[in-house]
Amino acid sequence: MNEIHGEESPDTTLRRFLDGGEIRLQTCADCGLQIFPPRVLCPRCGRLELDWSLVAGNGTVYSTTVVRRRVDRGGDYNVCIVELDEGARMLTRVNDVEPTSVQIGDRVQAVIDSVDDRPVLAFVRKSEVGS
Amino acid sequence: MKWSARGKSAIVGIGLAGIGAAPGFSHLDLTALAVHRALGDAGVSLKEVDGLFTANMVNMMATTAVTEYLGIRPVVQVGTNTGGNAFVDHLQWAALALDAGMCNVAVICYGSNQRTAGGASMPPDQPFYDVPFNPREPISSYALAAARHMYQYGTSREQLAEVAVSARRWAQLNPIAFAREPLTIDDVLSSRMICDPLTLLDCCLVTDGAGAVVLMRAERSKDCRQMPVHVLGVASALTHRQISEMPDLTVTAAVESGARAFELASLTPKDVDVVELYDAFTINVVLFLEDLGFCKKGEGGSFVANGRIAPGGSFPVNTNGGGLSCVHPGMYGIFTIIEAVEQLRGTAGDRQVPGAEIALCHGNGGLLSNESTALLGTPATV
Repeated sequence: MNEIHGEESPDTTLRRFLDGGEIRLQTCADCGLQIFPPRVLCPRCGRLELDWSLVAGNGTVYSTTVVRRRVDRGGDYNVCIVELDEGARMLTRVNDVEPTSVQIGDRVQAVIDSVDDRPVLAFVRKSEVGS
Repeated sequence: MKWSARGKSAIVGIGLAGIGAAPGFSHLDLTALAVHRALGDAGVSLKEVDGLFTANMVNMMATTAVTEYLGIRPVVQVGTNTGGNAFVDHLQWAALALDAGMCNVAVICYGSNQRTAGGASMPPDQPFYDVPFNPREPISSYALAAARHMYQYGTSREQLAEVAVSARRWAQLNPIAFAREPLTIDDVLSSRMICDPLTLLDCCLVTDGAGAVVLMRAERSKDCRQMPVHVLGVASALTHRQISEMPDLTVTAAVESGARAFELASLTPKDVDVVELYDAFTINVVLFLEDLGFCKKGEGGSFVANGRIAPGGSFPVNTNGGGLSCVHPGMYGIFTIIEAVEQLRGTAGDRQVPGAEIALCHGNGGLLSNESTALLGTPATV
């Protein structure tokens, strides 16, 4: 009754993949739900059996805002929600564009970025990567 | 057979304290003053309070802090903290505990000194996967919901601004409202952008303030000083914690809390005379009017246009001035109840909605996460 499920925590696994340059997210082996943030069980059907599936990283901006900040504190920045084509949504940002230019419906591509030495999933606009 | 609060208990006392700014007073000082006034309004002594329902943004164990301060010994305590909707949610537990005979005098209360103590704050446990992107919570989450509603339904910034202007016009009729100077749609549109598309004036106030209500079983409520305001139906629902996990940013759990509250009360939206909605941001009012069934999904923007929800309009909303212009000390839900009681008693002065018999209160908690809806009525409605 006291065993830990699997060898490492879901967050540790995600981070290990991202550190290795691979974007893998959990997919429920039963109902197929793509899961983010990582969990020990599927929030739709409760199963513990989750596969770490390679993700193409294609997505669409579901909503977006510009957090206004004084220039001397770093200036304005984008915060958005991206929906991956496989279904998971995440709070993130679109890199390398004017924050005000990000639009709902923009096609975006996931990139492994780093914030405070932690790997995170950010996005770039499809046109910016030429695909 | 579903248990329904309908007609079983009533609000017999209301109290406010420190609305606006109360320098030097702690959140517990203000809470206790509001409780004292609510008990005085009801004609009940502090010693009789045996049910305590409270939450705040300071004490993780809020019932212990408030119990100690008041010197009471409640036999029923509910300290559920679901965010600003908590006190509307507490109404159903108070009504249930009273009906079950677990307590006889229930007090729901809240107080905050966030304005004079140094400004608004969010709980420190921000979601781990959101933090690297530095969202400015709670505003950025509500901005994301507003942006999506505008994209999907063509809702305009002018329509959102109309919510703020309507609230201000009500506040101008309420002597205790914090912000009463004139406000125009252009003022809202041209104020400082905080998180697109929400400007400073699309956001609620940051004030001090406290509120308390006293409830009793319906049969005893007849003997109190004030006309009892009956609890007709209460329901809560929740969908998520962080905004990225909200199933649809244009649809809140108010769809569910509202439908259940109406069913339990045996009422429909067209029975409601006055509406008090938790307006932390202008988009809230648009979302809740749609989700509670007062207009169709996507039509909230046009619904609030042309002064419909303002004084003199056909559909009075947030008659105290709301969180946008009256008071917003962090968790506003208790004030929706207090204003509804004033309206149903007929004691709301210049802002009185003539002949109001049924009021709807709606509390919102977290990031459009927790929704609680209550229907209250005069004795004639039971």
